[in-house]
Amino acid sequence: MPNSSKLFKVLVPLTSVLAGLVVGAIVMAIFGYDPFLNYASLFTGALGDANAIGETLRELTPLILTALGFSIASTAGFFNIGGAGQALMGWMASVSFALNFSSLPHWLLLLGSIMAGALAGGIWAGIAGVLKAYLGTSEVITTIMLNYIALYLSSFLVKNFLAQDQSDFSKTIPEGARLRTPFLEHLTQNSTFNYGIIISLIMVIVVYFLIQRTKVGYEYRAVGLNDKAANYAGMNVKKVIISAMVVSGALAGLGGAVEGLGNYENIYVMTSLPDIGFNGMAVSLLASGNPIGIIFSGLLFSILKIGGLSISVVSTTPPEIVDIVIATIIFFVGINYVIKIGLEKLSKKKGEG
Amino acid sequence: MAETMVEMKHITKRFGNFVANDDISLTIKKGEIVALLGENGAGKSTLMSLLSGLKKPSSGEILIKNKVVSLASPRQATQQGIGMVHQHFMLIDDFTVLENIILGDEKTKYGMIDRMGTRKTITDLAEKYHLQLDLDKKVSDISVGMQQRTEIMKTLYRDAEILIFDEPTAALTPQEIESLLVIIKRLASEGKAIFLITHKLSEIKEIADTCIVVRAGKVIGTVKVSETSTYMMAEMMVGRQISFAAEKVPTNQMRTVLELKRLVVQASKAVPSVNDVSFKIATGEILGIAGVDGNGQSELMEAISGLRKVSSGNIMLNDRDITKFKPRKTTQAGISNIPEDRQNVGLILPMSVSDNLILQDYYLSKNQSKGLLNKSKIHRDGQKLMSDFDIRADSILEPVGSLSGGNQQKVIITREISRNPDLLIAANPMRGLDVGAIEYVHKQILKQRENEKAILLVSFELDELLRLSDRIAVIHQGKIMGIVKTGDVTKQELGFMMAGQPIPTH
Repeated sequence: MPNSSKLFKVLVPLTSVLAGLVVGAIVMAIFGYDPFLNYASLFTGALGDANAIGETLRELTPLILTALGFSIASTAGFFNIGGAGQALMGWMASVSFALNFSSLPHWLLLLGSIMAGALAGGIWAGIAGVLKAYLGTSEVITTIMLNYIALYLSSFLVKNFLAQDQSDFSKTIPEGARLRTPFLEHLTQNSTFNYGIIISLIMVIVVYFLIQRTKVGYEYRAVGLNDKAANYAGMNVKKVIISAMVVSGALAGLGGAVEGLGNYENIYVMTSLPDIGFNGMAVSLLASGNPIGIIFSGLLFSILKIGGLSISVVSTTPPEIVDIVIATIIFFVGINYVIKIGLEKLSKKKGEG
Repeated sequence: MAETMVEMKHITKRFGNFVANDDISLTIKKGEIVALLGENGAGKSTLMSLLSGLKKPSSGEILIKNKVVSLASPRQATQQGIGMVHQHFMLIDDFTVLENIILGDEKTKYGMIDRMGTRKTITDLAEKYHLQLDLDKKVSDISVGMQQRTEIMKTLYRDAEILIFDEPTAALTPQEIESLLVIIKRLASEGKAIFLITHKLSEIKEIADTCIVVRAGKVIGTVKVSETSTYMMAEMMVGRQISFAAEKVPTNQMRTVLELKRLVVQASKAVPSVNDVSFKIATGEILGIAGVDGNGQSELMEAISGLRKVSSGNIMLNDRDITKFKPRKTTQAGISNIPEDRQNVGLILPMSVSDNLILQDYYLSKNQSKGLLNKSKIHRDGQKLMSDFDIRADSILEPVGSLSGGNQQKVIITREISRNPDLLIAANPMRGLDVGAIEYVHKQILKQRENEKAILLVSFELDELLRLSDRIAVIHQGKIMGIVKTGDVTKQELGFMMAGQPIPTH
């Protein structure tokens, strides 16, 4: 039995992905577009050459971090919807640090900027954590509200402090704070692929160990699964709640930092929250919170996102079809119980036959 | 010859590969009381859920009054005259007794609920069966015994002729049990056929005509209760000889371990939950706390283990004031706690056996260094505890939630006892366990007594308290009504004290 349940853990998300692609194909066929052509251009667009691969990996970098942040919070029993806001605060803080301390030596500047991002994200989520721990406020509501505060606060700060003259974006960050390097740019035919991926992969390992192997991770899991038992066992539940939210936010903040330092290299007045927050949630859900799984589900989302851009280049299909595919995948992940039952019935039939 | 009401023929119920009921056949006649006896998981509840329409049998047929019926839903079962009195009452607290009784089967007149008519029907029924009910009181304001009578009335109101009682006495005081048994006998004498699911052999002996013993999904035997003994039934149930003769060796009760001094715990209610409680427990002594559920036992236990704030008074452990200690400090001071609610407080069900065994001491240097858990040592220690304490699980990594109730309790007991405490608190440690597991828990508790630990035992089962305790303190509305030596008191006297009467004088 344990083997088959492990198999299901992989089969269920795979089935969801497949179902998403199939539904996408059906939608395309109904509206008279060629699904085969579009999927082919989607995959070549995402993986066809070194530049495409570079862009896909760059897209993957912040997604891993926001997804890890989401899964840390859900390990401890919270639904942290505020990843987007926390990422934005991280982005803001890292770019601000880079611009204000540009005279620092290269490594110090880079490290400082990254840390500033993590810190800002952590504090932002920590607010929701403190409210939850001491007042019992639902983190779902507070993180949503904090998202809006983050969005308009960042607009305010960019307009009034970082933007030059009448523009609505900041200066480009100094050379020393860049995560992009000529080496990677050269390797991927001038894509925006950057060293942020190293941060992401290190964090995958850190989070895996944190949850599975450490005392703190044990406390997160205990509080997340049964806070009454955690209290009975003498754990400081309030402290655990706040700490888990801070770590969760710090990871999202890192996600924002790699966007700011690696991808955009500045910050601008945004009209909506960065989508790495919500996509990170989806990536984490598809991987059912497993850090290693997040790499793969993040990769899938990145392929769809980057490849989706080239759909409309080759055909007249609107690129929004990709969003339908993504939404369908998330839908099927949401009803994974149904898929599980279906798969179980299927395997039973095979077993009998 | 009385009419046959139900006949189950070769009933088999499978869940996947697991056979819950294996080729079971039985009959019940009008006016008969049939007890279904078996350990937890033996399949008796499954069998009754087939009869009450909650589940469908995989094979076999059910005949009611000699006609084959299909019971595909609880509604169909009700139409066939089958009524179930659930262990956990299915009542709405904010509705009155009357509203609860008619819920789902409201008789209407001109589109409005016919309150007058229904009230008449129910009062007539109550008179016929001697069921005392306050029809206009809210369920939240009535006693557990009356809640149960409400459940019984629900079935009678729906013209049930076959009544199934699932562990009906689990939450009742001795007096309430007594009157329930009278009611059941009365129902039978008025021609109802009654199934009684229970663990309690004494109740079977008192009222049942026939006892069907179920073990591992099979009927082991059907015996006439008048022709057998409780011991024989118990042995049939577990399939081996068992001993309840709790050997209480004399222990050295020299030193006071726990002392409560005028303890007051004010919970949310206006009246203190624990009101001016003082007692001492010595080494090698078991102090039992008797009382009806909800009289302050939980609050008392929680206060001692640091889970609840003390309003006034002191808790002394080994002459040290621990009144203000938080849970972790109480465990470090030498208190172990087997909580009442093992699934929601004592264990983290989705976590592995191994993770649950370290719940109280994962932070100690034997289990972790520099924040990193020492998994291999934790697993090794866990394996040893599993075999020492006979925890039956596929592996140390199996989620505790998939173990049987008895084995779940073993995990808690193992964890709490292996920490070698000075004081062991156990709140209803045998609740919901089968005979085999109860025997195990009793042995472990008595072993702790022999090892000169102090033990505070809360139980709703007087038999159990009388068997294990050295002294019994009776709690009523947060106050101790009296503390008596086990040998000097009868069950009836304890029952009166539980109802708030002062200590009997001999």
